[in-house]
Amino acid sequence: MAKIPITVTVNGVEHSTEIEPRLLLVHFLRENLRLTGTHIGCDTSHCGACTVVLDGKPIKSCTAFAVQADGRSILTVEGLEQDGKLHPLQDGFFQEHGLQCGYCTPGMLMTGYAFLKENSDPSDDEIRQAISGNLCRCTGYVNIVKAYQYAAQKMREGGA
Amino acid sequence: MIPRSFEYYSPRTLDEAIALLQKLGPEAKLLSGGQSLIPMMKLRLLSPEHIVDINRIPDLDYISETDGHLKIGALAREHELESSEVVKNKVPILADTAKVIADPLVRSQATICGNLAHGDPANDHPATMLALGATVVATGPGGKREIGIEDFFPGLFTTALEPEEILTEIKIPIPPPRSGGAYLKLERKVGDFATAGVAVQITLDESGACKRAGLGLTNVGMTPIKARQAESFLNGKQLDDATIQQAAEIAASESQPMDDIRGSADYKRDLVRVLTARALTTALNRAKGGA
Repeated sequence: MAKIPITVTVNGVEHSTEIEPRLLLVHFLRENLRLTGTHIGCDTSHCGACTVVLDGKPIKSCTAFAVQADGRSILTVEGLEQDGKLHPLQDGFFQEHGLQCGYCTPGMLMTGYAFLKENSDPSDDEIRQAISGNLCRCTGYVNIVKAYQYAAQKMREGGA
Repeated sequence: MIPRSFEYYSPRTLDEAIALLQKLGPEAKLLSGGQSLIPMMKLRLLSPEHIVDINRIPDLDYISETDGHLKIGALAREHELESSEVVKNKVPILADTAKVIADPLVRSQATICGNLAHGDPANDHPATMLALGATVVATGPGGKREIGIEDFFPGLFTTALEPEEILTEIKIPIPPPRSGGAYLKLERKVGDFATAGVAVQITLDESGACKRAGLGLTNVGMTPIKARQAESFLNGKQLDDATIQQAAEIAASESQPMDDIRGSADYKRDLVRVLTARALTTALNRAKGGA
């Protein structure tokens, strides 16, 4: 099958390459760009470990073709830290012990990144709804909710 | 899991997309939200030779109110139903339905039209659209035609669409005053398909009697089911508890569930009864102006 040229901006860096149409976005990120922070969990659209932000919306990158991202912008977990400073969500997961094994964490962070942009002062219940497509088998979610709240507060204080 | 190879096309206009479907024939599949298609391709349950991605066709992502109808374009995403003011004020059953489909990440991509065009009796919008009496607009080489939703699902994973047609719009009559609806679904966990789901949309007359009732059932048969007998039973009646219970029993008798991992047929039939009674009660409260 013919390869297709695409240009995708990932974490602010433009990448132009040729890919097979069947290449999944998560494989493009991990294998072509070697950005392995985005995890493959269930590979069946359930777990959300592969969540990335595509043009501002959180999506499961195992359930999108890379070719669909042509001309668009992606943020992955590698793009959260800015100038050596952790994103408030990353800091929140550290401060509130929002992870144990860490496998779901990149997806949790990316869902949170998009969610807190739309809702800067969420209730715990709204957070739980927002992360209902991201499975965590360690924490029981309590500390993840706290981590989101920590980040939301920091971002409100910082005017971010 | 990696899908089989396919040729990819990304038309920029509807005409271009329809011309591609004509040229490529039935081996072509349309890609919109992709949240059902891509998982099926990864499992190799489906291996289309050609994928026609319609996501880059402009002006298909609308949810708008015109001529007494709510119109939903082919590329409107599920999550837009959750935040739409016109949906919240005029057709809240649609927001109820969207909220229980898959999870927020899937809903940011999945399309409402795709939820119908996939033809899966486990999908949630078919029941809601049956309850609302929606019409589907199919656009093909000869132009547009309208298909009543009750004629849209002839069989399992089959729709009334021709291979060269695209489901471009869903048209829903805006419910008149004294209307109310509800969609109730039991799922084992977030993201699961319904063990059973029931959509109810009613309109009362000035005396408070039921003037119109629409009932749709999810995942209790080979196709989405319009519970016609329960609908006609309700017409003209005051919706007291006994009437609601009787209608619920009729709706249960119209379901055709099968035993599977989500439960036995008997269990699901009884679930339809319980969910129908609850949905009717909620719809009635909403028709009277409650929440």
